[in-house]
Amino acid sequence: MHELSIAVSIVEMAQEEAESRGHAQVEAVHLRLGLLSGVVKQALLSCYEMACEATPLEGSQLLIEEIPVEVFCPQCAVPRAIRSIQWFCCPECGTSTPTVLRGKELEVVALEIKE
Amino acid sequence: MNAETRLLEVRKNVLKQNDLIARALRQRFREAGVLAVSLVSSPGSGKTAFLEKMLAMLRSRHRVAALVGDLATENDAARLARSHAPVKQIITGTICHLEAAMVQNALEGWDLNQLDFLFIENVGNLVCPSSYDLGEDLRLVLLSVTEGEDKPLKYPTIFNSADVAIITKWDLAAAVEFDEAAVKSNIQAVRPGMEVFTLSAKTDEGIAECIKFLELWRKWSRPAIAI
Repeated sequence: MHELSIAVSIVEMAQEEAESRGHAQVEAVHLRLGLLSGVVKQALLSCYEMACEATPLEGSQLLIEEIPVEVFCPQCAVPRAIRSIQWFCCPECGTSTPTVLRGKELEVVALEIKE
Repeated sequence: MNAETRLLEVRKNVLKQNDLIARALRQRFREAGVLAVSLVSSPGSGKTAFLEKMLAMLRSRHRVAALVGDLATENDAARLARSHAPVKQIITGTICHLEAAMVQNALEGWDLNQLDFLFIENVGNLVCPSSYDLGEDLRLVLLSVTEGEDKPLKYPTIFNSADVAIITKWDLAAAVEFDEAAVKSNIQAVRPGMEVFTLSAKTDEGIAECIKFLELWRKWSRPAIAI
């Protein structure tokens, strides 16, 4: 269970970013979360609330956009989203491939700021 | 979002700090000619027994050392110290995984130029360590025959993040009717092309092949330095 330390990092990062740009109140944090990031969305959401307690972000929301895993199919020579992370292969032609293009993201993309 | 709120673009990796330290470590390992090999598995898969064997066997020809992560005890370091290789314990407290900064701190005072292989044993956990780059050259995921063939499908993220799979306690394979073909197919499903070794730290079966692989890997990845 490492979601709490990740939630704390998110809160700290959001706070620093907002303050460095002269904004006090963060209403929401937009996060991109890859399905291969090793972080569980539901656990992160509950930890986020805890991590926000007694910080300027208390009461703010964490908005998570889940990013599917995309691999490069060497047969079709195009990126393809896989159907399950238990099977790294092209959903069209079935060729297996270890080349992951997307899906490991754990990234704060934007903050909603109250003016 | 109402009229009073606006969107501020950030685009920052949450684990950026860890990744920066990991990158710096990887660079240091490369420059020093040391191959850093990390071990991940669930608790009780045999990481320490495997490591004891690796240290004992590699030590005759190479300079080896190990860092071992544990939540609370120094038992593993004490076991590994019997190999007479330098070993340092990283006590993580309540943290269920190693982070790059812990590795960096633990290496303080060690001259990496005096090493050929550095092993980093993670805390027994198949979930959390997958998110943290430690700067290692190779990540080994261990799985014992008593755990069942479907472990890779249950923990695809960590298996996908690893470079080599090691199936341990091979001496028990027949007793537990372990299905080698099934586990290998499950490993290939979550990490196509992954190298797999089957071995027993008790009988030494398969150990030599694994040692040879690590030696070759160091030779290939450190061509200017490795002898």
